[in-house]
Amino acid sequence: MPIEQICTIAEAVKLNAYAYSFTLEVGDMVTRHGLMAGQFLHIACGEGLLLRRPISVCMVQQEEPHDTARIVFEVRGEGTQWLAERQVGDKVNVLGPLGNGFAVAPNDRLLLVGGGIGVPPLLGQAAFTAKNATAVLGFRSADRAMLEEDYQDYCEAVYLCSDDGSLGRHGFVDAQLKDILEQDKNFTAVLACGPKPMLKNVAKVAARYGVPCQVSLEERMACGVGACLGCAVQMADGTMKHVCKDGPVFDAKEVDWNV
Amino acid sequence: MSKVDLSVDLVGVKLKNPVVVASGTFGFGREYGQFYNLNELGGICCKGLTLHRREGNPPPRIAETPMGILNSVGLQNPGVDAFIQHELPELKKHDLAIIANISGNTPEEYGIMCEKLSAAGVDMIEVNISCPNVKAGGLAYGTKPELAAEVTKMAKSHSTVPVMVKLSPNVTDITEIARAVADAGADALSLINTLRGMRIDINTRRPILKMNTGGLSGPAVLPVAVRMVWEVACAVDLPILGMGGVAKGEDAAQLMLAGASAVAVGTACFADPYAPIKVRDGLSAIAAAQGLDKVSGLTGSVLPW
Repeated sequence: MPIEQICTIAEAVKLNAYAYSFTLEVGDMVTRHGLMAGQFLHIACGEGLLLRRPISVCMVQQEEPHDTARIVFEVRGEGTQWLAERQVGDKVNVLGPLGNGFAVAPNDRLLLVGGGIGVPPLLGQAAFTAKNATAVLGFRSADRAMLEEDYQDYCEAVYLCSDDGSLGRHGFVDAQLKDILEQDKNFTAVLACGPKPMLKNVAKVAARYGVPCQVSLEERMACGVGACLGCAVQMADGTMKHVCKDGPVFDAKEVDWNV
Repeated sequence: MSKVDLSVDLVGVKLKNPVVVASGTFGFGREYGQFYNLNELGGICCKGLTLHRREGNPPPRIAETPMGILNSVGLQNPGVDAFIQHELPELKKHDLAIIANISGNTPEEYGIMCEKLSAAGVDMIEVNISCPNVKAGGLAYGTKPELAAEVTKMAKSHSTVPVMVKLSPNVTDITEIARAVADAGADALSLINTLRGMRIDINTRRPILKMNTGGLSGPAVLPVAVRMVWEVACAVDLPILGMGGVAKGEDAAQLMLAGASAVAVGTACFADPYAPIKVRDGLSAIAAAQGLDKVSGLTGSVLPW
């Protein structure tokens, strides 16, 4: 059940020119309300903006006296700009836990594929399956890279890609994914988060090698709780589902990738 | 707390307080019911229903604007039968007025839905006339007095519960539609529905909404709502459920002074799930500060120049 929580910012780190990592004190949202990485928090970003901003949870920790949740976000507009200007000790109004995260078990062998700001939500899955996961992380360029060291800590192997060749392999993550699966198809699941065209390609590669694939989707959102039906996603069977309530994580097979 | 009597009467339907939640912003109550007991509310205008299930419009459906949002959800809903079977029994476990909101492609569809919903035991039916009339080439019922009247007559003749007609603000003279609907037998009016708007991404040169245009709601529309409620209250002698941009007690008080018997809170819930409760408490405090015994004393008591 989601709650409204006033959260103190315990840590604020700038990861690169665009991305920020905040650790929030979320009360008992992890212990009592089951907040998990891959779900999202709906954060009020100042008085002047009507809508909250949905931000994925990167990691959670049960702690005394406050559980903590780590979020990573990029400045995309006025709301995230406001959030980026908050300091340690400032408070933010948060709704959560919201949405459904990835379906994983601790002994799963996961293949994590993240692109850009889609990289952070997968970190918690790497931590959950300690040293058993392989990660493919793609960025537009080296100056946008983030969390590589965190992934190194939690993964068996980490592959880096960049669109312009300034970091790791020159090219998109789906090419790296294909090379990995060509050698070794023995993964429980591919978990992916990133821009929709990337997810479409990742889903296609995973399907070709017969590995189940879960994707975390984004859509313009209003209420965040399933009441307004704003954040619709078209499903392969012609129905609409909603990122906030049915997602953000979907089985790649369910999603209509051709719209 | 003050001892102000918050109860109001909306055509025989007793609301324990004048705050209702607006159709399309609160689903069928399940989601916000996780945050608080729905008994706190005076009533709920349920998500708009159609005769058959609708998947709604392709995304993006939401665009934020200065103090408002545009939406083009497109009446996504499970259909009237699924509502009666799965949602209504849940809502009936609570003590609040249940107002079903309906949209039809033809006057006949309105009639069928009114029959089903009356039999199922909703407290009131809110008729959305902002949807296109397929027979008349997609012209919205709500923009032509004779079409609005036709739908109202059909709804009335097939209902055993009060019928409230929801007016569109996208007209030159809202009183013209209000009179037509009143003459056709409507028991109450609700207003305003959303205002048509558009937002464009200047870099891609694409509208944000996939449907290009959508309905504007939120604080930006409050002054339009106050003006239209006042105009309609002056023109017809029917109870009014006022809505449009209500986010706090003062907003609700303005609508009541303009002539509304009760108010609906909608978009404000997206920012703050507790907004309806805060509006109720704010309204109560305002009435107490003004020495009123009953919050209904505010209704229509504006002193125009």
